[in-house]
Amino acid sequence: MSQFAINILFVGASFALYIGIAIWAKVGSTKDFYVAGGGVHPITNGMAIGADWMSAASFISMAGLIAAGGYANSTFLMGWTGGYVLLATLLAPYLRKFGKFTVPEFIGDRFYSKPARMVAVVCLIVASVTYVIGQMAGAGVAFSRFLEVEATTGLLIAAVVIFFYSVLGGMKGITYTQVAQYIVLIIAYTIPAIFISLELTDNPIPPLGLFSEHSESGVPLLAKLNEVVTALGFNEYTADVDNKLNMVLFTLSLMIGTAGLPHVIIRFFTVPKVADARWSAGWALVFIALLYLTAPAVASMARLNIATTVYPDMAGQVESMEEATANPILYADRPEWIRTWEETGLIQYEDKNNDDRIQLYNDSESFASTAEQRGWEGNELTVNNDILVLANPEIANLPGWVIGLIAAGGLAAALSTAAGLLLAISSAISHDLIKGAINPRISEKGELMAARISMSVAIIVATYLGANPPGFAAQVVALAFGIAAASLFPALMMGIFSKRVNNTGAISGMLSGLIFTLVYIFIYKGWFFIPGTNNLADTPENWVLGISPLSIGAVGAIINFAVAFSVSRMTPEPPQEIQDLVESVRYPKGAGAASNH
Amino acid sequence: MDEKKSNAEAYWAANLRLIAGCLVVWALVSYGAAILLRPLLSGIAIGGTDLGFWFAQQGSILTFIGIIFFYAWKMNRLDKQFGLEE
Repeated sequence: MSQFAINILFVGASFALYIGIAIWAKVGSTKDFYVAGGGVHPITNGMAIGADWMSAASFISMAGLIAAGGYANSTFLMGWTGGYVLLATLLAPYLRKFGKFTVPEFIGDRFYSKPARMVAVVCLIVASVTYVIGQMAGAGVAFSRFLEVEATTGLLIAAVVIFFYSVLGGMKGITYTQVAQYIVLIIAYTIPAIFISLELTDNPIPPLGLFSEHSESGVPLLAKLNEVVTALGFNEYTADVDNKLNMVLFTLSLMIGTAGLPHVIIRFFTVPKVADARWSAGWALVFIALLYLTAPAVASMARLNIATTVYPDMAGQVESMEEATANPILYADRPEWIRTWEETGLIQYEDKNNDDRIQLYNDSESFASTAEQRGWEGNELTVNNDILVLANPEIANLPGWVIGLIAAGGLAAALSTAAGLLLAISSAISHDLIKGAINPRISEKGELMAARISMSVAIIVATYLGANPPGFAAQVVALAFGIAAASLFPALMMGIFSKRVNNTGAISGMLSGLIFTLVYIFIYKGWFFIPGTNNLADTPENWVLGISPLSIGAVGAIINFAVAFSVSRMTPEPPQEIQDLVESVRYPKGAGAASNH
Repeated sequence: MDEKKSNAEAYWAANLRLIAGCLVVWALVSYGAAILLRPLLSGIAIGGTDLGFWFAQQGSILTFIGIIFFYAWKMNRLDKQFGLEE
């Protein structure tokens, strides 16, 4: 059977499963649609949160980012997991106790203010829409690579599948497809990693392999990797970073942003009890960690694999690393996976010195004299970070079905996150905007219809933006995390932990955090991401105190807290019934199911 | 009424203490061991690199899982102890 047929089979089978779940999970009430009836088991919910959270970025891009940045990019690993500690201790149990359907609804009720609710709706929609573009684009890439269809056609297929289970099944359909998608994506991610770990370190568990001996050379894997990359003029893989302030703030922004992203928070509304919300967070992180502990192993092993593929002399016990770099392979002898990925343009080769060999190195000062001696005229092989995970099975020479699995896994990661985001968007529109502001007297049936229509519209918009991604697509993740960190997280936390913060305080806090963060990002990335409109070049010398625009969300959050507290001090305290509401959110007793009144 | 209120206040105070403890550990493993204190821990070798690197790529994630389960277990016990469970 051809690879194409295998890929079609795996992707087709997984899609058939999702559609099957959609038909089984058809919902009849808004409660089913928004919170899956509120009866999801905490372990089931943990798995669904895992798929909801782990996006195309986690599945496809993260290992490549770590491989390229080494220690410095550990920020993604800590930032995207540490937020769950904040969720478990500061937000999830109390928001579950509050027992409503959406994040803006809590902000509106707690700060007894419709404008506050609308500010939250806008933040939610901007953060989620920017995030969903990346998922749809990721699904398109996976389709075009594995199923040999145009990215746009692939996107339309993905949209139809999402439409089925999210419009019919709402949160209920999404929950159970996310569970299936988690299983597909985790198997697809770990199997190639296990084989690569066995091949390089004889250890079948990748996270342990990462800290084991490299079997061919007998040196610890990471020590070997450091030798290899420094011999090629790169920084040490495990090298420390100079700008610790920026590293701390970036990690903090990712953590707070994670905890403030509405599509993650609403998943905690689906469990029966407050205690279950706490357990859910723990289980979610267990399921997420299975991938996040494997990713750094995949990263360093793939980085080593690529170097020793180009310089076979470097693989074993090496007397002189410098000599080992003298004989790169002939371009004609390159392995099959390089050929496959060259076709996609994600690996590029340019024979700059016309010697028919592949030179892979860093054009740095430390390597310049060696390169000149050898008549090398620059690095000739460019490998896109995103292929690392997708090409893993081919690099490890695994059978065709593993490649089919990776295709299904990448799509599962993109679709599950997209569906979660789309639900967050559509419930904000139907519940907060339509029922909350425009037509409060809408019937249950009418609201369910409104939810389905908003979901359909959201899918169409997301598909359009995925097919025609705005130029800033790569930067939007920073925007989504920045907004969630600077506006939503502080408002939610203060709503629970302070009785004193009032409506004026919360609104001024959210707006100042949000505006500060957006302005700082726009100054370096261009106003509304329009190229050429940035006031300062986006380089470390220009950053205030060396803080990158990607790390500014944490500072925005601090400003939000500070402004909200100061303004609240100067204005009257919240009415008694609001203080009672805060009390009731704090104690699990009398939670009952999520309700709509 | 007052007794009920002070019971609830004691429960909330216990929760805040517990959260503070959890977040201290959370910050120590990530911002501490993995980032700011890494140079101090560089003498401790582990699998071809140093302890700080391990915390950055594995140790912090494992500790986060431990913190959440500890918090959930402890809070569920506090709920019952103070008679505030569902």
